[in-house]
Amino acid sequence: MQAIKDRFNFLFSSTKGLILVAIAMIGLETALFGMLSGPMAEFGVRDVVVRALKMDLVQAEREGRIIILYHSIAMAIIAIETYMVTSLLKMREFYKTAVRALVTVGYLLAMIFGMGFAYWGHNWAFHGLYITGLSLIFFAGVLLTIALWPWNKEYYQPDNAYSRTKKGVDLERMAFFATALTTVISALFGAVPGSYFGNGFETFLAENIIRYPHKTVMEYSVIGHLHIMLALIGIMLTLIIGRWLNFKGIWHKIAMPLMILGTIVLNLGVWGVVTPLEPIAHMIIYVGATPSMLAALFLLIWSWGKLMREGTAHLEKPSFGQNISALTRDPLKFGPTWQMLFMNFTTSGIGIFMAVKLDEIFRVWPAREERIELTGHWHVLSAIIATIILLYYGDIIGLKGRVRRWYGWGILLLSDLAFASVTIFEMKRLFISEAEQQPLVNLLMYLMDFGLAMLLLLLAIVMVWRLVDLFKPKGRWAEEVDHELAAEVSK
Amino acid sequence: MKRVISQISHWTRTSADEHGKKSLKSASIRVHPHPVVVVLAITLFFLASCRPVDLNAPMPAFDTGVNPDAWAQIPAGEFYYGQHEDIENTAAYEIMVTDVTVGQYADFLNVALADGSVELVDGKIVGYYPGDVFRGVKHEEKIEAGDWLFIPLDDPSQRVKFDGATFIAQPGYENHPMTMVSWFGAWGYCSYYGYRLPTEVEWEKAARGSDTRPFPWGEEIARENANFYASRDPFEDMSSFGSRTTPVGFYNSNVYDGFRTLDSASPYGLYDMAGNVWQWTGDVYEGMHVRFLRGGSKDTYEMDLRLWVRNNATPTYVSPGVGFRCTKDQ
Repeated sequence: MQAIKDRFNFLFSSTKGLILVAIAMIGLETALFGMLSGPMAEFGVRDVVVRALKMDLVQAEREGRIIILYHSIAMAIIAIETYMVTSLLKMREFYKTAVRALVTVGYLLAMIFGMGFAYWGHNWAFHGLYITGLSLIFFAGVLLTIALWPWNKEYYQPDNAYSRTKKGVDLERMAFFATALTTVISALFGAVPGSYFGNGFETFLAENIIRYPHKTVMEYSVIGHLHIMLALIGIMLTLIIGRWLNFKGIWHKIAMPLMILGTIVLNLGVWGVVTPLEPIAHMIIYVGATPSMLAALFLLIWSWGKLMREGTAHLEKPSFGQNISALTRDPLKFGPTWQMLFMNFTTSGIGIFMAVKLDEIFRVWPAREERIELTGHWHVLSAIIATIILLYYGDIIGLKGRVRRWYGWGILLLSDLAFASVTIFEMKRLFISEAEQQPLVNLLMYLMDFGLAMLLLLLAIVMVWRLVDLFKPKGRWAEEVDHELAAEVSK
Repeated sequence: MKRVISQISHWTRTSADEHGKKSLKSASIRVHPHPVVVVLAITLFFLASCRPVDLNAPMPAFDTGVNPDAWAQIPAGEFYYGQHEDIENTAAYEIMVTDVTVGQYADFLNVALADGSVELVDGKIVGYYPGDVFRGVKHEEKIEAGDWLFIPLDDPSQRVKFDGATFIAQPGYENHPMTMVSWFGAWGYCSYYGYRLPTEVEWEKAARGSDTRPFPWGEEIARENANFYASRDPFEDMSSFGSRTTPVGFYNSNVYDGFRTLDSASPYGLYDMAGNVWQWTGDVYEGMHVRFLRGGSKDTYEMDLRLWVRNNATPTYVSPGVGFRCTKDQ
């Protein structure tokens, strides 16, 4: 009995255990529900899964199912970020415990009962529990925002190497606070229309209404919500990675005010879509996105410089090759910022190109082609966020030596292969006609599926290893039970 | 090719031999391919994926027994419209039982070119359209009165051929739906005979009937119901040219060379209202120059075959997966 209690204590009260459970849940959900669409449907796997698990997939409810699926995965990602923030930053123990309890119960309720409701018939008790889960996560967000209050003298930054005000207010903490606060507010932009449209399954996917010139306030709210929530998850993760790597110095001092400014302006732009400011909302969003992305760029410049300096410290005058070798020596430290850079090719770059050439190119194509570009680029963004979390997780669980390199490079190469293929797939109409595309489509599909399947396999190996470890009396879990991420921040 | 293979095997051998000097045992299991081999393999893989597709690959020919000149009567009255089952109403009308075929469109072009209703300009058939009201809404493009593209003749995917005097359907495609036709080309065909394109509401009613079904034939979709992406019909080869159109009315419970189809007519007896080709509809909406398409196609997954799904494109858009049918008032 004590053995079970110890394991339960590790999995549901320690930082590393909580993160492990959430990653495992996302991995299971992705593997299971990934079999219902795309090539898996084509190969007939979906029909087998639907029959074997007795799923009830009503055609008219597909959009509602997908929305619940996205939310259930997103809630687990938010939970992981919350565990990381509460472990990396100082806060009162009560807040830390309360926030973690709420977000854990919340995402598990949302995931289990949300998916139960969406894929196994209309059990309205399940729907109620799903909404309860989302509400608990919202409440956890409110508490987290309070816990992150940066003007408490207890949390002032004494070290001048970090970004702070003259009085000592920690601007990095303020960036975390601004992100948490705007996330809570932006959640309302989904909650209100969600309640309006979600009476059962009378809902829509935003990508299906993009070309309609007249949208209602509720429709704009949904479109704004989905964009800003993903952006905020990305911003919060950038801050987390910065803290893990111990981002500091002049780049930090410039980056943090930019991050705070960018986050606030970006949110104001998105909230503006439901106000008379709608015609200029996009301009405000661009203005807000620029400082946020600059802040991420400064993190990249600082971290790459640090990796190169540390890796060549023993050399008097390192060559270019030696610098590159030092930079890429540890894929887990190099990977997160590389993925942020790679994102510019697969997400930001594509988005800007589409915005610039929208009427000239993309609006000439059928709406279904434009939908491929839209859904493709934000699926890639979501997946890039997931890979950055996995890279950090590899460091958290103490991978070393060859395993660390295989794990890190495996994630980077496999995911980037898949993401690059998705990006080419999105843009294929620029260089190949519909009639002649099939061989290219086949190749891209193979590359995407290979990259993602191998990535999931890699994750599965790690999860099985962790599962086996739980059966050992003095396994790695026993060491990790008291670990906090703040103590493992890079020196 | 032999030289390339020989070089590749040489590189591979060399790599293995180098390891063999260190450890004979490990060399047998740790073969590190030369980087050039890897690059070459990847390049070959990409080149293989970009090989030209034979757009005129041999194709089976089947007579489905469905008459493309037939019309279905749709009664006046209310029906369930859209995914969320709003109530809509229509007057009585008639609609074609099948999409307009390549043969029918070739016949139209012969008479229309002869009487000057269409013209051949730079390898394209163009015809007059009276234009839309332009309201200057964001992203709206002007559609002015004048000659607009009906069909391109110079596109290799075009199944209507012109020998300088006569239009004919490419052999084997006579009873396939007319594709590579713009909205103007669809509008021009229907208008020429005194018909019109169906509105979205009319199209959906003809496909759905009076209940809430998601597909013209009922609640679920099987590969034997319709021509959609990777539906494994006899006209498809996903390793080369991909999906091709099936003859109109193909999914009518007939067996074609061992391929058994299900009777997939709509409640009013229309065929191909889901899959095969997207169908242009006639609505011109305020502030939008794009035109709406319904029905999904051979190139889309089943989700786009649900009969409330809307697609749209600029009216000059042509595709091997887009066709149309006409309607007329009673």
